Amino acid sequence: MLNISGIHQGFVLDHIKAGESMTIYNNLHLANLGSDCTVAMIMNAKSNKMGRKDIIKIECPIERVDLDILGFIDHNITCNIIKDDAIVEKRQLSLPKEIKNVISCKNPRCISTVEQELDQIFILTDPENEVYRCKYCEEKYTGSK
Amino acid sequence: MRHLMSPLDFTREELEQLMDLADDIKNHPDNYADKCHGKKLATCFYEPSTRTRLSFESAMLSLGGSVLGFSSADSSSAAKGESVSDTIRIISSYADICAMRHPKEGAPLVASQRSLIPVINAGDGGHQHPTQTLTDLFTIRSLRGEIKDLTIGLCGDLKFGRTVHSLINALVRYPGIKFVLISPEELRVPEYIREDVLEKNGYDYKEVDSLDDVMGELDILYMTRVQKERFFNEEDYIRLKDFFILTPEKMHLAKKDMMVLHPLPRVNEISVDVDDDPRAMYFTQAKYGVFIRMALILTLLELV
Ligand SMILES: [Zn+2]
Repeated sequence: MLNISGIHQGFVLDHIKAGESMTIYNNLHLANLGSDCTVAMIMNAKSNKMGRKDIIKIECPIERVDLDILGFIDHNITCNIIKDDAIVEKRQLSLPKEIKNVISCKNPRCISTVEQELDQIFILTDPENEVYRCKYCEEKYTGSK
Repeated sequence: MRHLMSPLDFTREELEQLMDLADDIKNHPDNYADKCHGKKLATCFYEPSTRTRLSFESAMLSLGGSVLGFSSADSSSAAKGESVSDTIRIISSYADICAMRHPKEGAPLVASQRSLIPVINAGDGGHQHPTQTLTDLFTIRSLRGEIKDLTIGLCGDLKFGRTVHSLINALVRYPGIKFVLISPEELRVPEYIREDVLEKNGYDYKEVDSLDDVMGELDILYMTRVQKERFFNEEDYIRLKDFFILTPEKMHLAKKDMMVLHPLPRVNEISVDVDDDPRAMYFTQAKYGVFIRMALILTLLELV
């Protein structure tokens, strides 16, 4: 396997569905972390559990990344938090109550399709069935994650 | 400061208070004739809806207030591309309360987030029209004494009819309500109403495709428009429309104290021959719509 050096402080996101790492890179805004941060993406790695998987390693101060959205994208991702070269926490991912500016409303009659500079906000209305609805028109989000 | 976006914004207790107030206004209009003296209502209508706008204006004028506003998008700043957020900030300095109608769903909510004055959703696309629902509830309560143990027939376009969805959502908060859903197969209530609202709450309901079969069971018949363009073809429309048009013959089958409601305007789903039947309450319903809007304006302006 491709070798990428260890992390002093940051995250290792493991068990990402193969091919999904770029989506996560974008949704976590990893391009904007700052010049002191490094991101390594390992794609299509062999996995006993999943066949193939992606892994993202992020070297950065841990307060810099908001992981809430990961729970929405795929709560099966393993999220290891690294401090002083060791895993200090395996974060359990949960569904965020609100998602801001990650997905957009597909209802053509929704105000969010025309109003300028309006945040795209979705609210978790049914945690059991993982249903998110547009804050404005209440249309169910049905797109693929 | 409070806004009204959905009929469910009010708890049942708050709704009762609102309807008590509307009742008092109905019985003692003189006591309220000056309550809004010096206050202004802005009616911001991005699409025309004369009836709703006039109902709001009548309500404000009956409270001694004054009104200003616009009644179509092309006469407003929206035509020049101004956002709803900007418009409401401006309106906030011209008026004390705003009733907003908009073809885009969620527009009044967006407005309320930036507004310095209470915003009332006066209809946003196919989404919500809370003051219609409040009108319906107030009419039922006024004419029946209370909203309880009633068999309510909802007839017409139940698939796209927002007033019907909204009314069902509001009525499931009351005890002993049975629903009879009368529509052609193609225009049945959407699945989410059936599953998430009716079945989930264990409500008694049935779906039928002819008015005649159920007329005798109903305490209330809520009629809505069946628009021709909802049908796949002219033939279906002609074949089916008679099942859903209320006529004096059908009224013969109904209980003596049944009441007929309709959000208006009607097209042809209620024959004009029914208008003189004492059970036809749709014009009374329109009048009650003014009382409940008066109560709403007073409540949101915190003048009670
Ligand atoms: Zn929307």
